[in-house]
Amino acid sequence: MATHHSLNLLKGNVLRQALVDALVKLNPRHQARNPVMFVVYIGSVLTTVLWVQALLGHGEAPTWFIFWVSLWLWFTVLFANFAEAMAEGRGKAQADTLRRARKDTTARKLSAPQRDAAQTPVPASLLRKADLILCEAGEIIPADGEVLAGVASVDESAITGESAPVIREAGGDRSSVTGGTRVLSDYLVIRVGANPGEAFLDRMISMVEGAKRQKTPNEIALNILLAGFTIVCLLATATLLPFSIYSAHSANTILAVAGHTASAAPVSITILVALLVCLIPTTIGALLSAIGIAGMDRMIQANVIATSGRAVEAAGDVDVLLLDKTGTITLGNRQAVAFHPADDVMEKDLADAAQLSSLVDETPEGRSVVILAKNKFSLRQREVDHLGAVFVPFTAQTRMSGIDLQDRHIRKGADAAIEQYVQSLGGHFPPEVRATADKISRSGGTPLVVADGARALGVIELKDIVKSSIRERFAQLRSMGIKTVMVTGDNPLTAAAIAAEAGVDDFLAQATPETKLKLIRDYQAGGRLVAMTGDGTNDAPALAQADVAVAMNSGTQAAKEAGNMVDLDSNPTKLIEVVETGKQLLMTRGALTTFSIANDVSKYFAILPVMFASIYPQLGRLNIMELNPHTAILSAVIFNALIIIALIPIALKGVTYRPRPANKLLFNNILIYGLGGLVVPFIGIKAIDLILNSMRF
Amino acid sequence: MTPNAWLQIALLIGTVLLLVKPVGAYMAYVYENQPVPGVGRILGPVERGIYRVCGISPQHQQDWKRYTVALLLFNLLGFMAVYLLQRWQGWLPFNPAHMPAVAPSSLAFNTAASFVTNTDWQNYAGESTMSYCTQMTALAVQNFLSASTGLTVLVALVRGLTRKTTAELGSFWVDLTRSMIYILLPLSLVLAVVLVSQGVPQTLDKYITVHLVQPFHQAGASATAPSTLITTQTIAVGPVASQEAIKELGTNGGGFFNANSAHPLENPNGLTNFLEEVAILLLPLAFCYTFGRMVNDTRQGWAVLAAMVILLLALMIPCVMAEQAGNPLLARYCNQQPTPLQPGGNMVGKEARFGPVNSAIFAAVTTGTSTGAVNSMFDSFTPLGGLCPMWLIQLSEVAPGGVGSGLYGMLMFVLITVFIAGLMIGRTPEYLGKKIEAFEMKMASVAILVPPSLVLLGTAVACVTAAGLAGITNPGPHGFSEMLYAMTSQANNNGSAFAGLNGDTTFYNVLGALLMLAARFWTIIPTMAIAGSLARKKIIPAGSGTLTTNSPLFVFILIAIIVVVIALTFFPALALGPIAEQMQMMARHR
Repeated sequence: MATHHSLNLLKGNVLRQALVDALVKLNPRHQARNPVMFVVYIGSVLTTVLWVQALLGHGEAPTWFIFWVSLWLWFTVLFANFAEAMAEGRGKAQADTLRRARKDTTARKLSAPQRDAAQTPVPASLLRKADLILCEAGEIIPADGEVLAGVASVDESAITGESAPVIREAGGDRSSVTGGTRVLSDYLVIRVGANPGEAFLDRMISMVEGAKRQKTPNEIALNILLAGFTIVCLLATATLLPFSIYSAHSANTILAVAGHTASAAPVSITILVALLVCLIPTTIGALLSAIGIAGMDRMIQANVIATSGRAVEAAGDVDVLLLDKTGTITLGNRQAVAFHPADDVMEKDLADAAQLSSLVDETPEGRSVVILAKNKFSLRQREVDHLGAVFVPFTAQTRMSGIDLQDRHIRKGADAAIEQYVQSLGGHFPPEVRATADKISRSGGTPLVVADGARALGVIELKDIVKSSIRERFAQLRSMGIKTVMVTGDNPLTAAAIAAEAGVDDFLAQATPETKLKLIRDYQAGGRLVAMTGDGTNDAPALAQADVAVAMNSGTQAAKEAGNMVDLDSNPTKLIEVVETGKQLLMTRGALTTFSIANDVSKYFAILPVMFASIYPQLGRLNIMELNPHTAILSAVIFNALIIIALIPIALKGVTYRPRPANKLLFNNILIYGLGGLVVPFIGIKAIDLILNSMRF
Repeated sequence: MTPNAWLQIALLIGTVLLLVKPVGAYMAYVYENQPVPGVGRILGPVERGIYRVCGISPQHQQDWKRYTVALLLFNLLGFMAVYLLQRWQGWLPFNPAHMPAVAPSSLAFNTAASFVTNTDWQNYAGESTMSYCTQMTALAVQNFLSASTGLTVLVALVRGLTRKTTAELGSFWVDLTRSMIYILLPLSLVLAVVLVSQGVPQTLDKYITVHLVQPFHQAGASATAPSTLITTQTIAVGPVASQEAIKELGTNGGGFFNANSAHPLENPNGLTNFLEEVAILLLPLAFCYTFGRMVNDTRQGWAVLAAMVILLLALMIPCVMAEQAGNPLLARYCNQQPTPLQPGGNMVGKEARFGPVNSAIFAAVTTGTSTGAVNSMFDSFTPLGGLCPMWLIQLSEVAPGGVGSGLYGMLMFVLITVFIAGLMIGRTPEYLGKKIEAFEMKMASVAILVPPSLVLLGTAVACVTAAGLAGITNPGPHGFSEMLYAMTSQANNNGSAFAGLNGDTTFYNVLGALLMLAARFWTIIPTMAIAGSLARKKIIPAGSGTLTTNSPLFVFILIAIIVVVIALTFFPALALGPIAEQMQMMARHR
């Protein structure tokens, strides 16, 4: 999905589709879902009828005036539709790409969970939960499921956009496979985990398409508030008709007494509709659903699939982040810092063997071993080809890597794996090597034991490296009121050392699934919302308990089902991004609501002096913008429509968010969207009025 | 504005602010159901006695529904009592003036609704309609009970904010009893005694007839009819002081006499005028401090108080300015400048002992709170001077509003503000640790929508029906102001009148009564629902990511929301009334 990362608002086909959809959405059933815009819709219909009436010679206001007001009211509705269609359009484009991955293939259904069991070919679309299937190299996995037998490398780029293949094997944390991905090597026996239509890919498609999008709790609450505000405005404008009937009658009576002709007329329906539409919060009303869809979409851009909009919203509220140490706080890759030779081995020999074994090892750990040996003993890197060596890659089964060089068989790996290797060759695993390995483990490092054939040479000490910018990140989170808790399996001493270095607020050492779950419950009992990431089956209970739970896509099926988001990149740092996206979503809503409400002030001053001009011409003094009385109302209506278009980019991209304390954030947003909302329309309406007049409108 | 005007305002607001903390702290004891220090020793046994007689268990707890039902039934009972006492007063004792039953029945209906809802709109003249018995047992009693009702709702709401994961909001009966005997009765007693010392009567004797120092001839009904020589005058008296005290303290506003606080026997001098203003503002503002105490953060209370006082001053000061400036059209004919011998300004409809400054201050105080007592006639204020009290009421009576009702009304606005401001910092909004969600928004919207909707609809009906137009005595924008003011006052439970409108007709009696009842109880019910919903929620501890609701910034946003969402919706209507009148006046002046 890497190709969709570029966010181009004006991609040709999305734009074209959005224009079409904007018209399709004029369907009243669609409009009725949004109370604010429905009022505008009714107003547009009403003024259109009044216009037709005017054409027939019964106009309640000048025909041209009704026409233009009506036209711009329709534009207001269309602009709102367009904003929503734009937001949906980007999701649709992604869904189409995903759909291409869901090819209908023929699956090989097995009678028993063994590779050599009897096979029957079945179309993938007919596979049911608990069916057993076999997938071999080159085949597309037909359905979501769990690996029961076999180890294979799988290309998951269709889902994750990540081109490097991943290992899938039976048991453990890497046993889940996703339909639509491709087996590259070996074979897998899979138990199907989802019926057709319920698979991860299906859920993902419906999510990005917004088909299943339901209004989130906060969106509902805001809708209620906006509806309430609309009702006040509706009453305030509708009652102006009887008020003005009384006032006009009364003014005419006074005029008649003074011997003048009666010239005062009640306000026209067209003007009332125009005033109503200008006063109700159309800006936020028009953009509200676009903001919600775009929020989900931003998650998808970040390669996080949320199972509901609710989860995205909850992310904004999180106040405790449980972060796994490895990969989030420290570089997932540890670095070699020391060689600890066995009693009868020179350190330089150990370094030499370690370097040899790591020459072809392209992992950061491997490279760090080569560099350490070079720095310490000036051991030059040698070309593997010159040595005629054979590289033995790391496999899931052996859990070692190394090099075969003439008669030398150098291996490095975890102490347990090497111990087994040495003993299998009849060698003896020295106790001091084990002691060193244990000591390193205890202090928070990772020991890698190096062996040459049946002889254990010593230990390479790898250490955690705290990510360079993480400290500042945590400081920002703290200023946002979010507490960070590091979760690690390390002992408390090591954990404390790393926690202090990284600047987290707290840590949970020697974490087990139970202690993790308890920690979450304790925080929640204190009224806090907790977010965490996890990938293993043993994380599932904690994931299910957490308020925002991001499961790694590389994780098990159980973890993915327990979480309410899936991170396709399987990057635990993403949690911070998820929180920020949630906050940004809520902030965008708040900012545009404030802007919308603040806009009202100017509109009173644009419309009131004109609407009562025939009754009380003295009210012209309220025309502080000095608008032309003929175009003032139209200018306000046009501004009201155009501001929707102008704010679509903010609705889709979200307001700029920088982590800072709540009060500063509020102050800035009030300044920009509150004060801005107050001032901008005064300028905008005046400018439109000037343009209309320069066109001799 | 004259230096005297600034001084008067500063003195009033300063005195009230000094009293806020001690009185507020005292009320916190009352509502936290602790033994009340000092007077508790004397009143404690009275309280326990009442519980024993009425069968109330002081430990009993009610959920929001039971609490509300108890409140509504109690008020229904009060409504019936006031209605029947008026209709039966001819047969009841304490009626030295031999007042017949209050008629028509629509007037009794309107009055019953008016006093039960703490509105005290009066379509009658007290001294020529009500017997002493009705004044004391129906009207004065309801003055106490309606104020207590407001306090109970507020206390329940505050408990909803402070308690967590419970349905219990306290007991309506206990809150009602404690409001009465610890707060309203002792304070009223003190104020009544002071008023008596200043010449306010407190008697059950009949009206006094006095001989005029200067008898005069009154012209006959027609040109041919003989004129009569008038030698005596009847001076209405009665148990005035006791009713006057709770009229102000309970933000009721229903005068014993038709002239209300403009009457020399209700408000004899500058001192009583000042004390009455203090009494009006005292409880609505002091409860802000009580609220702060009860939520364990007094700054929360001060923040809300600040918003109330700022809104009040924002309309009080222009009102004083407009009245002190006088009428520009009269400038040619008479001197309206203040001199050592005259206060200057617009003196039409004002008492000479108060002058334009103290009349305008009183006008703002009585309309900012839901009192509605008057010491001058708003109908003869300058257009801008009349706009200020009207707009203060249209803010939905939150600046600072009625006893209890002002603060719970303000807290509804706080919830709306918290919602919008909370979104702007990217969190699901929360107030005092309670999450504000769809249900609270729904109920707060109802509570906030009801009064303005009733004002607008009521005025619209009056504008286009013959019965409504029949009451208008002044045409043009002034007549519209009178109509708009009448609906505004009743639909916000204020009770003051712009006058000029003939309100004692079946149409206005019935429409007004319905507005008053709807405005009172359709704000109480959603408020109680919110109290119940909040009490069930957890309390989220505050952090640096939490919205601060006691900062000047928050107060600013709160005020802005009230102004834009509510005040400005009345702008078009006001443009057809006082604003048009002001513009016409200015146009003629030029």
